[in-house]
Parts: sequence; structure tokens; C-alpha cells
Amino acid sequence: MAQHAAKGARFQAVTANRLSDGEVVYFSPDNRWVEAFAMAEVADGAEAAETLLGRAMPADFEAHVLEPYLFEVLEDGSAYKPASVRETIRAAGPTVRLDLGKQAEAKAE
Amino acid sequence: MYRYDEFDHKLVSDRVNQFRGQVERRVSGALSEDQFKPLRLMNGVYLQLHAYMLRVAIPYGTLRSEQMRMLAHIARKYDRGYGHFTTRQNIQYNWPALDKIPDLLDELAGVEMHAIQTSGNCIRNVTSDQYAGAIADEAEDPRIVSEIIRQWSTFHPEFTYLPRKFKIAVTAHKNDRAAIKLHDIGIVVKKNDAGEVGYEVHVGGGQGRTPFVAKKMADFVPKAKLLAYLEAVMRVYNMLGRRDNSYKARIKILVHETGEEEMRRMVEEEFAKIDASQMLTVPEEEIARISAYFAPPAFDTRPAESAAFTQAQADDADFARFVRANVVAHKQDGYAIVNISLKPIGGVPGDATDAQMDVIADLAERFSHDEVRVTHEQNLVLPHVKLDDVKTVYDTLAAHELATANLGLISDQIACPGLDYCNLANARSIPLAQEISERFSDLDRQYDIGELKIKISGCINACGHHHVGHIGILGVDKKGTEFYQISLGGAADENAAIGQITGRAFTEEDIVDAIETVVTTYTDLRADGERFIDTYNRVGMEPFKERLYD
Repeated sequence: MAQHAAKGARFQAVTANRLSDGEVVYFSPDNRWVEAFAMAEVADGAEAAETLLGRAMPADFEAHVLEPYLFEVLEDGSAYKPASVRETIRAAGPTVRLDLGKQAEAKAE
Repeated sequence: MYRYDEFDHKLVSDRVNQFRGQVERRVSGALSEDQFKPLRLMNGVYLQLHAYMLRVAIPYGTLRSEQMRMLAHIARKYDRGYGHFTTRQNIQYNWPALDKIPDLLDELAGVEMHAIQTSGNCIRNVTSDQYAGAIADEAEDPRIVSEIIRQWSTFHPEFTYLPRKFKIAVTAHKNDRAAIKLHDIGIVVKKNDAGEVGYEVHVGGGQGRTPFVAKKMADFVPKAKLLAYLEAVMRVYNMLGRRDNSYKARIKILVHETGEEEMRRMVEEEFAKIDASQMLTVPEEEIARISAYFAPPAFDTRPAESAAFTQAQADDADFARFVRANVVAHKQDGYAIVNISLKPIGGVPGDATDAQMDVIADLAERFSHDEVRVTHEQNLVLPHVKLDDVKTVYDTLAAHELATANLGLISDQIACPGLDYCNLANARSIPLAQEISERFSDLDRQYDIGELKIKISGCINACGHHHVGHIGILGVDKKGTEFYQISLGGAADENAAIGQITGRAFTEEDIVDAIETVVTTYTDLRADGERFIDTYNRVGMEPFKERLYD
């Protein structure tokens, strides 16, 4: 749990895996779990991040997702991107199979 | 091959129904994730980066054609059209939905397969030599004792909650293709001077963050007493193995900290107690019953040479290369062992598509007495092919990108799934394997380099066996960036050895050049006939370090 939260990180978002199929999901500003990283809420500062994680983990969160945690994101022009290779791969799909994962779904849309 | 009896069928079928109920209760909220996680792990279901992952057991790496077809069907119906063959001779699916897994397991049970004990702190799938029953000079088919161990260890109540996972490998040949000395227990089937079959038992091998080569605990355990001896080892481990620290919980740590002699004394003391009770003597009729399943297939009487086979090599240079690299002598005149490389140049090591699996199943049915084997080096084998048929088999393999002639060469690498799939990984393994494969894609150069085993892990858990690669590569994370550490001199065969780290790690951009430097250092220094590992053992680490870091 939360092992990927970077100490000292300014911007953070919350991610988890969906219970039914393991899909990578992100916690959104309207308190939903969404598949696209671009729709994730980004917290500015440690206190806001903990508040965001708290909102993502109400009493019944396990009915929907597994192991929500905070991870660092970086400003990327007007948007954000995951800071680590790990979270970049989770947000897109395997780098060795560009036909699979979210990257493939984005291409198909 | 072993076939389920009524008890096996019921056991597996009951387990599927049990898991179906557990999944339903998890989805309904009746079970929390903390309650459900150990249950799903006992059924081979992990959560990885992008999805759930299901690991299916392939006992001692042996499959019938209908089983391979089922694996293809599952890839198509429940996954994304491919499967990943692993270093434990299993197959993993990377994308199954949790609520569909019970149906998947139900279909698997229909061909006598399951995912039981492919995870968790229990005795895992028993692995063995992929050439079992096909290679000359075996003491006996190692799958006989592998199957006895499988039956003994499945749902064994005393060994369901071990301190950590436990892996057993078996070979019956002087050339160890099952890496038995890198397992918790490694067994060599051998004959004594009287011609009786028994077992040499090695204990305490393993990789991970603390690698050890196993110690020989017993030189010759009589056939009927093997389970009693194994139970003695397990009982000592279960009593004394550390449960306070998962990093120190494997039996290799117990053997190391206790000392080889004291460990042997404790095992023998326990063995004497069990042996005296006679409770674990395997009855001769049961050994005979299981042995019958592994009787040699009905081979034709054929000449040792095949004019058609020889002529085909003269006519087709690519086929000749395939024979040179991938075809091995069979114990039966007129037959060959055909290795199928799952390491195409630039491909993902160990991956096969559903269509490829179907093709291999058809080839096994038509040309290999219905058998396929999975190797711990993530390749497949057709164990019993007539020499006259090898060219036809090759042509079909070539038409489906399965005829890469690189077995045992630099592009035949082991690589774990790494950070592209794995929740534990620190760095990617597969892209690196692909880049190395591309860099050394010229087969003539590969043949010139000769036998060279590169093994790549994306983290210290060492699923990619980097500790025992002639060249091992370990991916590490430094502040969110991937780096790669090289080790040299490892070996997983009968001369098992743990590789030594060369020095500081290399960046993603520099690592393939560094591997090239290691290879050219070897080719510059080698004496006539020396393989990489021979040269390394002769000259040591220094010349390689000098070239890498000066």
C-alpha cells in the first residue's frame, strides 16, 4: 500500500486496480474510478494528497478496487505525466506490446 | 503420460467449484481482499501491473496435444491471444478477468490441468528434464518420480503453510537441464553398483536476493524411501525455517545458517523416525502403476541414419542450421529431439500466440507421439520425431515463425516479464532481451560465439535466473530510472555456479554496448574450442572488468 508515493513529491494522483478485471484505474475529481490517467485528479502538496487518498478509500472501496496508493506525477506543459517508469507503463501498457493496454485502446478510439 | 484417475478428477473439479464460490463471495463483498488474496494465490491468480495474471501448472513440463490446444483456446477466449512460458515450465496468462477465471479453470480441468499450488508458500510444480524419456543414458525416466512427488505434495496438509514457497526439480541424466542445484530440493535419479535405481538429494539451492547452490544431503536414497526422506527434509524446514522474515524464510537460508553437516544430521534423525514407522514407503505396485504411464511410446524400428534427412540438409542451408542448433540425438535409432525456440530475433522470450500453440499441438499429434515439453529456458520441445519427418516439421515451424535456429546461443535468452508486466519489478527485462537479440541477430556470428547463456531479471527476486547466466543482467531502479548490473560466470547445469558482479551498473542506453564488450573480450581471449564459460573460468573476472570500466 502506498509504497509508490514519493517523499517530497509536489504533485500526486491516486491509482488502483479494478476488482473485476484488474484494469488500472485512477481516482477522478468527481469521486469515480476512471481508466484514463488524463482524467485523474492531481493533488498539489502532501496534505492535499492525503486528503485525496482518503476520499479514494471510503469504507466500501474494496468493493470496487484493490490497493489504492499515491504516486508522483510531473507537470508536462498544460497536463501531467507519471514521474516513474513504472507508472508510465501502468498508464499506457507494456512497452513491448503496443497493441495491448490503454495505449492500444487510445489508438483504436 | 500420466492420466488422471477418478480421485484426481474429483479433486480438481471440487477445487474449481470451491474457487468459483470464493470469487463470487469476493465480488459480492462477503470476502475482503485480505481474506481473498491467499485464496486466489493458492489458485495461481496474481495481480500484476495491468491486470490479473494466472499461472497454470504444467507438471514436469509435459503436455499432450489436447492440452496444448486448450492452452491456445484459453489464450484466445480468456486472454489476449498469447501465453508466456516460464522458467518453471508453466504458462502464464497476463490479462484474464477475475470473474471469468473459474470458467477458465473449469475448461482446463477438462484436459486434466489446473493452477493449484502455482503460488503460495507450498510445494510448487515439480520440474524436470525436457528430454526425459527421449535422451540416451538416463537412469530412468525422471517423470516417474516427479509424478510420485506431485501426488504426494498436492494438498499435503503438513506442507500447505510452509515458511516460504518450495521448489523441487528432478533429473536423471549426467547433463543437468533442470537446474536442480538451484532448487530447494534437487534430485538426481541414479543407479548404484547393483543396478538399483535411487536418488541423490541436494537441498538448499535457490536464487532471489541470496543465491546459493544446493548442498548434497544424501548420495543414494532407495527408491521406496524417497518420500520418507523428502518428508524428513520438509519437516526440519517446517519446524526451523524462519517465519519472522520472508527474505530469510527459504530453506537455503536454513541450510546456510545451520550448516550443511548439522542440517544433514537433523534430516537423517527425522528420516530414521519416519522410516521406522514404514508409513511412507511407496508400494512397488504403485511405483509400477505410475511407471507404466511413462513407458516409451511405440517407436518404429528404423535405421540410425535417414537419407532424406541428410539430403534435406544438403538442399536447404537454413534447415541445416536448424538441425545444427535445435535438433538433438534421440535414444531411439531413426528419431530426433526437436527443440522449438521461443526466442525469435527481437521477440519476447517465452511468448507464443494461440495460433502458434495450435500449430505445435498439431505437430506433436502428427509427428511426436502426441507430446510437447516446456523447458525451463522458456522453449518448447517435440521429443520424439522421426528423422524422416524433421524437415516437414521444420517447414511448418518456419511458416509460423517458430524455426529460429538459436538454441543455447546468445539470442536464446531467459528474461522475466520485468516492469512491462510485473508488480515486483524494478526495471524492464524484455526490451533489453530484444535489443541484445537484434544486436547479435547474425546467426553466423552467434554460431561463432558459441554457447552463451544470457539471463535477465527485472528485480532481485531473480525470476530471470540472472545469478546463473554465463552473463547475468539484473535491472535495478535508481530514483525511478532503470539501470542494469552485469554478472559473469554463473551456470545452471551440473557445474552450477553463482555469477560475480562486474561492478557499477549501466544505463539503459549503455547496457547493450557493455554486453558487446563482454562478448568481444571473450572472443579475443578464448582458446581453441573454449565456450564463454570455459574462458571466463580460465581467465577470471579481471580482463572483462578492465574492458568494461577502463
